Amino acid sequence: MEIFAQQLVNGLVLGSIYALVALGYTMVYGILGLINFAHGDITMIGALVSLTAVQLLAAAGVPAPAVLVLAGGAAIVVCVALGVSIERIAYRPLRHAPRLAPLITAIGISILLQYSAALIWGKQYIPMPEIVEPTRIVIAGAQLTSLQVTIFLLACAIMAGLLWFIKASRMGRAMRATEQNPAVAGLMGVNTNTVIAFTFVLGSAIGAIAGLMVVLYYGLGHYFMGFMLGLKAFTAAVLGGIGNVAGAVLGGLLLGVIESLASGYIGDLTGGVLGSNYRDIFAFLVLVLVLVLKPSGLMGQHSGDRA
Amino acid sequence: MTAATTAIRSLAGNPRYRWLTWFAIALLLLAAPFLIEMTLGRSWVRITDVALLFIMLALGLNIVVGFAGLLDLGYIAFFAVGAYSYALLASPQLGVHWPFLLLLPLGAAVAALFGILLGGPTLRLRGDYLAIVTLGFGEIIRVFLNNLNRPVNITNGPQGITLIDPLQVGGFSLAQSHTVAGLTFSPVHSYYFVFLACAVLSIIISLRLENSRIGRAWVAIRDDELAASAMGINTRNVKLLAFAMGATFGGVAGGLFASFQGFVSPESFHLIDSIMVLCMVVLGGMGNVAGVVLGAVLLTALPEALRYVGPLQQSWFGEVIIDPADLRMLLFGLALVLMMLLRPSGIWPSRRRRVAGPPANDTEVPGVAR
Repeated sequence: MEIFAQQLVNGLVLGSIYALVALGYTMVYGILGLINFAHGDITMIGALVSLTAVQLLAAAGVPAPAVLVLAGGAAIVVCVALGVSIERIAYRPLRHAPRLAPLITAIGISILLQYSAALIWGKQYIPMPEIVEPTRIVIAGAQLTSLQVTIFLLACAIMAGLLWFIKASRMGRAMRATEQNPAVAGLMGVNTNTVIAFTFVLGSAIGAIAGLMVVLYYGLGHYFMGFMLGLKAFTAAVLGGIGNVAGAVLGGLLLGVIESLASGYIGDLTGGVLGSNYRDIFAFLVLVLVLVLKPSGLMGQHSGDRA
Repeated sequence: MTAATTAIRSLAGNPRYRWLTWFAIALLLLAAPFLIEMTLGRSWVRITDVALLFIMLALGLNIVVGFAGLLDLGYIAFFAVGAYSYALLASPQLGVHWPFLLLLPLGAAVAALFGILLGGPTLRLRGDYLAIVTLGFGEIIRVFLNNLNRPVNITNGPQGITLIDPLQVGGFSLAQSHTVAGLTFSPVHSYYFVFLACAVLSIIISLRLENSRIGRAWVAIRDDELAASAMGINTRNVKLLAFAMGATFGGVAGGLFASFQGFVSPESFHLIDSIMVLCMVVLGGMGNVAGVVLGAVLLTALPEALRYVGPLQQSWFGEVIIDPADLRMLLFGLALVLMMLLRPSGIWPSRRRRVAGPPANDTEVPGVAR
């Protein structure tokens, strides 16, 4: 039971990070109908930028909370700039092109980001300096660090804020209108180009924060880390119903818990035949199962091929 | 000089002498390994062999991406499946040594089976999902290959499988040198001819498929799936067929690769390799067989040529700033983006083609120029 509680807690923390990245996928997909392959790598850039910022600031003797805020800020600035320019250069000219074309540029951008990062940061794993002394909390037999709690609460706050923003603000309404029908939204006076660019701003900024959380949580950064993270976040978005923002939150948390529990118990269940080194396949299994059984996801309204 | 080229051109253009052109090409291809060895050295013969394998792979992926318009990002997995099926059944790893002529079709069949297993649940959904699922599939296959060494050692994990039997039919093994009519055929030469035969066969199959009933169905689905199904095409089965057919090409190429290398490991089947094959198809010209062949040859030669960039940087800047392997990937990424923006139909575009699929946004205002 203690193991169960522990894995559940770990899964929720991990899942909240997945959910943040999934938001970036789902918002862009909702509005453009495009899988933004580069989003995982934008998160990676955010992670590495904040890692470097933390290294520099911590060495300069800045107090820990200020370091984190500044590092997060730096990551957000870089990622937003990247996200908006990617949309402008690689996606906007192809908005009316056949479907395969933007998908292929997205992959191209993803490779460019990965190997540019390899050039800048090198190919080795980069350790994160431990700037916050971890305090341990025990809840229902599960050990928690203060870092985990902070990540989870911050992620929840961001997600709640985003949901409120989309529901209540003027820009949020414009986003929903563009999602439903860009042409008609345009006729109603919505500048769809601005809305789409803004969607990339939001997604990239949230991705940057998720990147900071990942390096804080795992203590390591790597130029290829965006790949698996992106794949899992996309799975989370599909699980929740792609295009649906609340669904991405649910899907992310659920996927984190599934993955954590499954890799925690797979060794016992299969008598040691399969071990936790298979943890990366669960996301994929979930993805295929969702696509087979309920392609519209848990909270998606659309059905059939649109999913 | 110009007189000579005009003469050659008129000769080649004349249907009566067309066989002459083909004869010249055939002669050139048959002499190629010896010419290459004389001018560039033996290592380039090996590179040519690999290029022929990549032609097969690219043609297989071209069926899926170019003809049917389905984006497969884990194509190398089928190559891996073919290679490992051959390696497991013809090496000391499991202690079995089945004959090559049985294993090649078997590898192809296993790869096709994987193609159907993967395509079955996902092909009825829209193309974007296929891209992600195949991406995941490619990684999963590698995870399994890396980890299936415990508790029962099947794939030997990251160390890979060594001592794979060379290509051998009857008592005739390609691992030894053979002398025929004064010419010495070392293994790289012999493999060249086997691979050449397979590549030419792949080209012929691709060309025949393109204009067949199935090929036209694929193109119809690529251009407009809804219209295609309204015309009575069973879109799911036809797409599945494209997937299985592409996988078969990959499986055959994989089997040949394993026998050629004598060694396979999960390291050869990274996402990067899938992307490289995709680049060959996209750069060469999706849907155009000749363009894809050109793309495969160019992109196999490019990384080898980039090797010279390392020493060049050393002499210019005093250190190697960009690792040539990374430079290759940066160029690939850039090429994918620029190609789609500037010349979406590739270096050598197919005659009948508009890249693929319905427009990105189904809710477009009619009459807006595409």
